[in-house]
Amino acid sequence: MSIALTQTLSKISWLEPMIKAAQGENRSQNLSIIAKAIGIPLAGILVFLMIWHAAASSINTSLGKFPGPADVLIQSKTLISEHITEREKAAAFYQRQDERNARRLAQDPDYIVKIRDYTGKPTYVDQIGTSLITVLSGFLIASLIAIPLGIVIGLSANLYSAFNPVIQIFKPVSPLAWLPLVTMVVSAVYVSDDPVVAKSFVTSMITVMLCCLWPTVINTAVGVASISQDLKNVSQVLRLSWLTHVRKIVLPAAIPMMFTGLRLSLSIAWMVLIAAEMLAQNPGLGKFVWDEFQNGSSNSLGRIMVAVITIGLIGFALDRIMLLLQRSVSWDKSATLR
Amino acid sequence: MNPLLELTQVGIEFSTAKGSFRALQSVDLKINKGEYISLIGHSGCGKSTVLNIVAGLLQATEGGVVLNGKEVNEPGPERAVVFQNHSLLPWLSAYENVELAVKQVFRGKKSKAEMKAWIEHNLELVHMTHAMHKRPDEISGGMKQRVGIARALAMEPQVLLMDEPFGALDALTRAHLQDSLMDIQKELNNTVIMITHDVDEAVLLSDRIVMMTNGPAATIGEILHIDLERPRNRLQLADDPRYNHYRHQVLSFLYEKQRKTDDSLPATQPHGQVSGSQIIKENHETRAINTPAGHSHAHTPDQDKANQLKTA
Repeated sequence: MSIALTQTLSKISWLEPMIKAAQGENRSQNLSIIAKAIGIPLAGILVFLMIWHAAASSINTSLGKFPGPADVLIQSKTLISEHITEREKAAAFYQRQDERNARRLAQDPDYIVKIRDYTGKPTYVDQIGTSLITVLSGFLIASLIAIPLGIVIGLSANLYSAFNPVIQIFKPVSPLAWLPLVTMVVSAVYVSDDPVVAKSFVTSMITVMLCCLWPTVINTAVGVASISQDLKNVSQVLRLSWLTHVRKIVLPAAIPMMFTGLRLSLSIAWMVLIAAEMLAQNPGLGKFVWDEFQNGSSNSLGRIMVAVITIGLIGFALDRIMLLLQRSVSWDKSATLR
Repeated sequence: MNPLLELTQVGIEFSTAKGSFRALQSVDLKINKGEYISLIGHSGCGKSTVLNIVAGLLQATEGGVVLNGKEVNEPGPERAVVFQNHSLLPWLSAYENVELAVKQVFRGKKSKAEMKAWIEHNLELVHMTHAMHKRPDEISGGMKQRVGIARALAMEPQVLLMDEPFGALDALTRAHLQDSLMDIQKELNNTVIMITHDVDEAVLLSDRIVMMTNGPAATIGEILHIDLERPRNRLQLADDPRYNHYRHQVLSFLYEKQRKTDDSLPATQPHGQVSGSQIIKENHETRAINTPAGHSHAHTPDQDKANQLKTA
């Protein structure tokens, strides 16, 4: 178990020398590798912060100075403390409700307990959560459509030629163009008195899906189409059925390309999501940015900047997770994935 | 006795951008059960095309192939193929590669335990039990080809088709594999059609060598019966006048009767792009020119291997 864990961790470039150093292997050399692997990027970040600080203090807007690193730090602390306060309020609310219900039940055993949800506004952390759920469900649905579609059109040159123009035309379309259409269709089709999920959620999810479909379709199709003739011959000689052929040969052969597509799709999904949420008013990071912009207090720019950095960090984290996934399923261990 | 496999007037025409190209014409061949046949000829003479037609991967334009009284129209495991570049699935281990074939061929005929034993038996035949859970990228070229042979043998084919099975291997590995193959052949007595560029390999392994004329419209030029008793030993045969006589006959077919024109000689290839099979041909070429017709002091196969190694 620990060996497997070490092996997995050592795939992360700067962790490898760290583990080796910890294991006492050639300590001084490994420490210098660590210093390089962590020190140089750190220096880059520091220089960036300095330039940001200098530039920010010379930009004046109607809402005050452009937020520098220090303001952003203050605002992020505020946002977290707001979140904690809100959670405490919610906890207190539920406690009061429970106590009240218990008292009522004690007085009158026939009393039907009513539980009301806490109706405070969503905090920054809640909004991050909503955004993640929206992007992941949009991405998941897109993948469920894109992978089979990619496989089918990759298997047939004719289908590929037929679908290719459509794909190429829809690929560069901005989410902002889709959004009005999606909004109207969702309003017309998704009618329910007791909706499971909010309309705004469905709208942004579908917009995300429409925009992040294409890289997976194209890459899967290319991966499937470029399977070597030798492997196809093997499949023919063995008389594999269509399904076995796809399962045993096509799918594994296309996995590296498929994951390249999935990674591109996820990063597009995350970019599109912010724009979609802004306009669809789905309670996520996009709406947060929009609300702060409309709010226009002296803190707003700082809070938007916090959102910008959060969006960047989450996008980066999502990509890293996909990379780890890609490495774990890729059979071509000689390929360098970065 | 009826032949197991019969090719009758097989011809094939490919349509290309420049019009149709006739690759093969009136190929007639009868192969008996348990026979080992080599197809030899210059590159581009349609050897692989013949093999692919028998495999069912290509359809003959005219004529046809009959195996055991049934016409061949599509590929199938009763005509297992050992491909030149092993064609193992890179994401499966050696065992799993053979397993894919065994599951496909013996589904419903063998139990799980029987299948496992059968897979292991075949990997043992090619001496691969020690590395059977390794994936193709973890084993050498020769080992990959061994697994490829095990996969084909595991299908219990009526005819085993081998497309330059050892073409991509170095000379020493190739000699090892040829010896293994002779051992296996002694045990199983399969019917085999093998494509080769290597004259020694053809003489050492075959019962008959089918020599093909140059394309386009290639066909069978001569058929040479090799009456050397088995088991054959490459060292003893090296000094055997009959062996050298057979070799000489193949060489004279290839380099006198079917001599390729100068523009297609491998010598014109830029350095560094010469493939393994071309190196072999080059050696034969030099030999054919330098060796007197009497052929009294013929090169031994082992000397030739050494030459090939040096050239490589």
